Amino acid sequence: MSDSMRVRAKEKDGVVTVKSLITHPMETGLRKDDDGKAIPAHFIKEVVATVGGQTVFTANWGTGVAKNPYLSFKYKGAKGDTLKLSWADNDGHTDSIEVTVQ
Amino acid sequence: MNRRHFMEAGAALGAWLAAGRAWAAWPQGAFEAEEPASVVSQLASGKPEHSDAIHIKAPEIAENGAVVPISVSADLEEVSKISIVVDKNPLPLTSTYELSADAEPYVATRVKMLKTSEVLVLVEAGGKTYANKREVKVTIGGCGG
Repeated sequence: MSDSMRVRAKEKDGVVTVKSLITHPMETGLRKDDDGKAIPAHFIKEVVATVGGQTVFTANWGTGVAKNPYLSFKYKGAKGDTLKLSWADNDGHTDSIEVTVQ
Repeated sequence: MNRRHFMEAGAALGAWLAAGRAWAAWPQGAFEAEEPASVVSQLASGKPEHSDAIHIKAPEIAENGAVVPISVSADLEEVSKISIVVDKNPLPLTSTYELSADAEPYVATRVKMLKTSEVLVLVEAGGKTYANKREVKVTIGGCGG
């Protein structure tokens, strides 16, 4: 289970549509806190989707992706497959989740 | 250090880079570029060709620039990469996506927009880079906070 991710994967006509939401601040590094101190950049750099160990889709993100990112993509796949989605940020945090394609 | 030790050290470093999170695919130069033209020149091989086969779905007017939904699809063969660039952002490149042969030419996400700007989409297909763009008007900017 994952605390930071919600993922749904649904197959139709041989194409799996993945919709995912990740909880993450996606700080740009350009903002200042109430005391005027710069808030350091903290953002997800990479989201990787794999099926059976094969990478089907990779997202490379910068600070311009909105807070609590939403990501949707599609790939040729089948019901019952296990899709693994994992992310890694610039601070060394990672998380991953496995879902069964519906 | 003799030649053999040097080679071994090189191999060990290579293995470490491969095993570790080296961000090999993360295009640092393009993400750090402050000018859209520089982003394009770092991501595209040659001058991108305008293509109406790239479809950009985005609101005409975004009330909140902190969360602007953008979705991209392309009627092109062998799409291997999609990049979303917001021209007027301090760091224009928001994201790039690498598509496997099984991936459909589609991605949807939500980006930040500082102000009204063109949203430029680059699509790499069959080794060529294509581009299309679309303006999104922003009422309240969403980068500085």
